[in-house]
Amino acid sequence: MSLLHRGRWITLLGLALLAGVYVRALAFTPVERLQGPAQKIYYLHVPAAIWAETAMVLVGLGSIFYLFLKDRRLDRFAAASAEVGTVFAAIVLTTGPIWGKPIWGTWWTWDARLTSTLLLFFLYIGYLLLRGAVRDPALGARYAAVLGICGMCLVPFIHLSVYLFRTLHPQPIILKPSAPSLPGSMLATWLFSLGVFTLLYVGFVTQRYALSLLWEERNGA
Amino acid sequence: MAELLRQAWAVARKDLLLEFRTRTAIVSAVVFTALVLTVFNFGRDPTAVSALDLAPTILWVTFTFAAMLALNRAFQLELENQALEGLLVSPLSRTSLYWGKLLANLAFVAVVESVGLPLFVLFFNVPVGRVLLPLVAVIALATVGFVAVGTLFSALVIRTRFAELLLVVLLLPFLVPPLIGAVQVTARLLGDRPLSEAVGYLKLLAAYDIVFVSLASFLFRFTVDE
Amino acid sequence: MLLAEGLHHAFGRVVALDGVSFSLAPGQTLAIFGPNGAGKTTLLKVLAGLINPQAGSARVDGGRRAIGWIGHQSHLYGHLTVRENLLFWGSLYGLSAARRAARAAEVLARLDMSDRAGEPVWSLSRGLLQRAAIAKALLHDPAVLLLDEPFTGLDLAAAGQLRVLLGELHDGGRMMVLATHNVDEGAELATDVAFQRRGRFVHFAPRGTRGAAEIAAAYRRAMADG
Repeated sequence: MSLLHRGRWITLLGLALLAGVYVRALAFTPVERLQGPAQKIYYLHVPAAIWAETAMVLVGLGSIFYLFLKDRRLDRFAAASAEVGTVFAAIVLTTGPIWGKPIWGTWWTWDARLTSTLLLFFLYIGYLLLRGAVRDPALGARYAAVLGICGMCLVPFIHLSVYLFRTLHPQPIILKPSAPSLPGSMLATWLFSLGVFTLLYVGFVTQRYALSLLWEERNGA
Repeated sequence: MAELLRQAWAVARKDLLLEFRTRTAIVSAVVFTALVLTVFNFGRDPTAVSALDLAPTILWVTFTFAAMLALNRAFQLELENQALEGLLVSPLSRTSLYWGKLLANLAFVAVVESVGLPLFVLFFNVPVGRVLLPLVAVIALATVGFVAVGTLFSALVIRTRFAELLLVVLLLPFLVPPLIGAVQVTARLLGDRPLSEAVGYLKLLAAYDIVFVSLASFLFRFTVDE
Repeated sequence: MLLAEGLHHAFGRVVALDGVSFSLAPGQTLAIFGPNGAGKTTLLKVLAGLINPQAGSARVDGGRRAIGWIGHQSHLYGHLTVRENLLFWGSLYGLSAARRAARAAEVLARLDMSDRAGEPVWSLSRGLLQRAAIAKALLHDPAVLLLDEPFTGLDLAAAGQLRVLLGELHDGGRMMVLATHNVDEGAELATDVAFQRRGRFVHFAPRGTRGAAEIAAAYRRAMADG
């Protein structure tokens, strides 16, 4: 089975399971007392946010190894991870306001977490623009790697600003130093969803990777 | 190390000499700063928002925009007669080239800021006398960080189409942490709050400087070679 | 010694170097003839350390300090005077302040430009600019001269002067690599001749007693074959 097909199957499986997440979230997980049904978006929002950020870190790691090993597979992976990260950041930026309207009473607030995802999104856009702006592929890969590494190092600084800047955002519920404070069934649904997003990330990246491989073969590069 | 600094100084000195000869860029940047400060004055409602509330934001947006002009200039001037190629053929180390450019950029931005700050005080009637020294220290701390990243990126975009525009797009996300830090510390200083309230932001600024100056010094060698 | 082994480099799908190997000893001058796009400039850039080849290696005894580069571009800053330019480049090549002043005067005298030393580079004519560029390349007395299309854009008189100068430099025991698309130029300077096409040396031999006309005929035959 070709890489492209494998990626396609992983993605399809991920999408099917995502439907499963929502069946479970809507039918078998209790409605949150204060937020009501709007909270259901949380199962989409937070895993997407986690993977949008993780993708940037993986772009950075791929870039470091690319600069040293000059292995084009690493560059292809970094490029694929950046595109998938862009999509996930877009999901976060779409679901955030949808949740924010009923809960905060406004579509957009300059809340630090939403802002930092927006910055991450801009970072991705810049990365993709830079890749497109250089004609020689080897040069473009090297430039993108430099930006990818800087981007990875920027992520913790964006996070630091989250804790320093006053924020409207619900504080982290699961990924915090003390034990998770989510009821068991919600936690189970959430973990299920995180797993599904992991699968989706792998599926998307595999497909994108396979496509750039095909593109390079077609263009003889 | 001594050789590294000697070469960096040679590059910075040459850049500043060139700047001194033409003066176009520095005069434009200073005028630009004055214009932005003027525009800000008309862009607020003086009865609704006091100058002091808005002052830190005005100061830092002006400084970061002016700095971008300087950054675009840094490697543009090496394109004349392909001098950059000459630098790369010479024994000049890539790190020295980066530090030379960083030094020249910092000098350039420092000149713009030292004109911008008095204008800012004059236009917005902000009392800075008592906090002048810490304020200058904060300006230096924040400026080093974003100019370090900007110098790296200006080398990154030099061989791309739409270099000036791309530099701004790439740089803006990286401006935000130092901008937030600088605005918050400046606000505490101007509001006569104890500096202990701003320790977190000062640490953020210092950490940003250390991380990105070292990272850019290391990564620069991957940007200029063809 | 100058040594190139199995050089290979491509820009995307365009192959610029495809298995180029050769070596030069002091006193040898290699003339490389080839059409535009044959990869001559890429080869010189690899030798100068401007491009890291994707495969193979190039080595010049003494490294960058031993290389003088004369290309299409002068690498001189328009708003500095000829002397200021020379002093700056001299400092990058590690010459002491006294040494670079002396060398600058020396090379300017040799190129018959002493009276132009105080003029800004932007005011020079094309021919003078080329001479200033050669002065810059000779400043640190390099053991290896890399020349990329040095005759392009020169009028007949200036090209004649350059040919005489290169002849003198050659007799001084330097290594030279001269790349040009015009087979009627520079053949008589060479001790070795190569024809480059699509990144390969299709012909590479000592010149022996062959004259310029003979080489030109051989070149046209080599380019006509598939």
